[in-house]
Amino acid sequence: MQFKAMILDNAEVSPGYWRMRMTAPPEMLEAKPGQFVMVRVNPSIDPLIRRPFGVFDVGTLQPAYTGAVPQPYLEILYRVVGKGTGMLSTLHENDILDILGPLGTGFENGPAGEEKLIVGGGVGLAPLYLLAKELVKDSPVRLFAGGRTRDDVLCITEFERLGVECYTATEDGSLGECGLVTKVLEQRLDATANKGQIFACGPHGMLKAVAAIGAKRSVKTQVSLEGYMACGMGACLGCVCQGAEHSNENPDYRCVCTEGPVFEAAELKWEGN
Amino acid sequence: MKPAMSVEIGSLKLRNPVMTASGTFGYGEEFSQYVDLEKIGAFVTKGLSLKPRAGNPTPRIVETPGGMLNAIGLQNVGIDAFIQKKVPFLRSVNTPAIANFFGYTPDEYAELASRLDAIPEVAALEVNISCPNVKQGGIVFGTDPGCAASVVTACRAATKKTLIVKLSPNVTDIVEMAQACEGAGADALSVINTLTGMAIDLERRRPVLANVTGGLSGPAIKPIALRMVWQVARAVKVPVIGIGGIMSATDALEFILAGATAVQVGTASFVNPAAAQEIAEGMEQWLVERGIADIRSLIGALEG
Repeated sequence: MQFKAMILDNAEVSPGYWRMRMTAPPEMLEAKPGQFVMVRVNPSIDPLIRRPFGVFDVGTLQPAYTGAVPQPYLEILYRVVGKGTGMLSTLHENDILDILGPLGTGFENGPAGEEKLIVGGGVGLAPLYLLAKELVKDSPVRLFAGGRTRDDVLCITEFERLGVECYTATEDGSLGECGLVTKVLEQRLDATANKGQIFACGPHGMLKAVAAIGAKRSVKTQVSLEGYMACGMGACLGCVCQGAEHSNENPDYRCVCTEGPVFEAAELKWEGN
Repeated sequence: MKPAMSVEIGSLKLRNPVMTASGTFGYGEEFSQYVDLEKIGAFVTKGLSLKPRAGNPTPRIVETPGGMLNAIGLQNVGIDAFIQKKVPFLRSVNTPAIANFFGYTPDEYAELASRLDAIPEVAALEVNISCPNVKQGGIVFGTDPGCAASVVTACRAATKKTLIVKLSPNVTDIVEMAQACEGAGADALSVINTLTGMAIDLERRRPVLANVTGGLSGPAIKPIALRMVWQVARAVKVPVIGIGGIMSATDALEFILAGATAVQVGTASFVNPAAAQEIAEGMEQWLVERGIADIRSLIGALEG
């Protein structure tokens, strides 16, 4: 679906990280956790290509006046890394964006009642909030959020409000455990004798470590990947990742945009990548 | 009064001059929920080879000012999977589908041409002799007039369908290439493919693309493409299809004035999946507003 969205709110939630709320058509409410949108930052030719963002949240604004119609909205959480996101952060309420989405294949929720372990690194938390919102409906959910410093650990209060038990870790020790978030995840898996399922999104190094933990402990692990993409709909073939059996002789490239961005970690090749 | 928008490329009749460029529109189906395919002139499929091709390692694309570099490496499903999985969709659309293809030897080109010739859903063939991102084949044929002519001769003998040859801009004299292809039996020429370029990550002291170089597309290349279309169109009798950075109806009309009979929209479809349709509608509107009755009156109508 391609639609115009009006920005309702665009605020810096932590230094360098922004959360944007915008209007959306009702179909957007059907977005699955892990799906993403492609945002055209402005109508000019620089930046030219759309930017992909995980769907942070969707919902409906209830009007204050009786008789008025509820307004569905879409939220993204983004980090300012370059020209495109820099320009996005300068936009205000009532500015208009051109959006494609929801795109891609999202997370599978897994069986009700089972413990759900969500692992997010930095802005990798973006697609995990909508996921947590879904999962808390029928399962106990724990969040393991990591970052370099406390500024890189985002929106914990929002997760706590859902009833998610939150664990944090920072590399400089400024918030929660000092070290990598994967250490805290392993402590929990030790305590529960490897019960539950893992859902992860974050930097490649973290995903690789989480995939290794899942494989070693036989815990089903889903990861959400990032990729350089031009179209978001499987046409440019720019964003591919390698399947587990990929080799130069028998190549197995998968489109992050359509076959992902969520994959079972065991389906992908991690060594050497 | 509605202006006449239809044009002819060889024996192929198009309802309007706007096509989509190979490699930017998948096999058509990917875009069908965003574009009314029956509002565009034709669409060109991702380049096909005899065997499936995996393509290059990542990163494969990077944005540059006003454009993007790609080094996909011609990843494609191969002709067998194309026939099995992609052709049924082509049947359901009332718009000509043009199959883009490439080989590694003239014989391979000919074999592909003959197999595509046998598919009724394929309306015309576009020969890629100009991909800059694969080491062997492709570009070699695209930079030497003699090699290009041998490929086109082989394809010509293998198909009666309209045969379009897509030219590389990465040559000293594109006119010489165009004339060689025309002489070998091409029905039309697509001008231009991407320009070889490069991007560097300064802090990491590395090229951004895994392939080091890639093909530059997007509005950044439009002036070069216009110049080459203008040069080629003056030098050959067959129709020229203008390609390169077309983002709007006015861009497309500039190519028509420069001598193109039709145009292809490429990178713009990534930015706006409905681009080709909007450009076709915008061109018609431009003619309506100026009382121009037939788009063909603008072909090569550049003055001065």
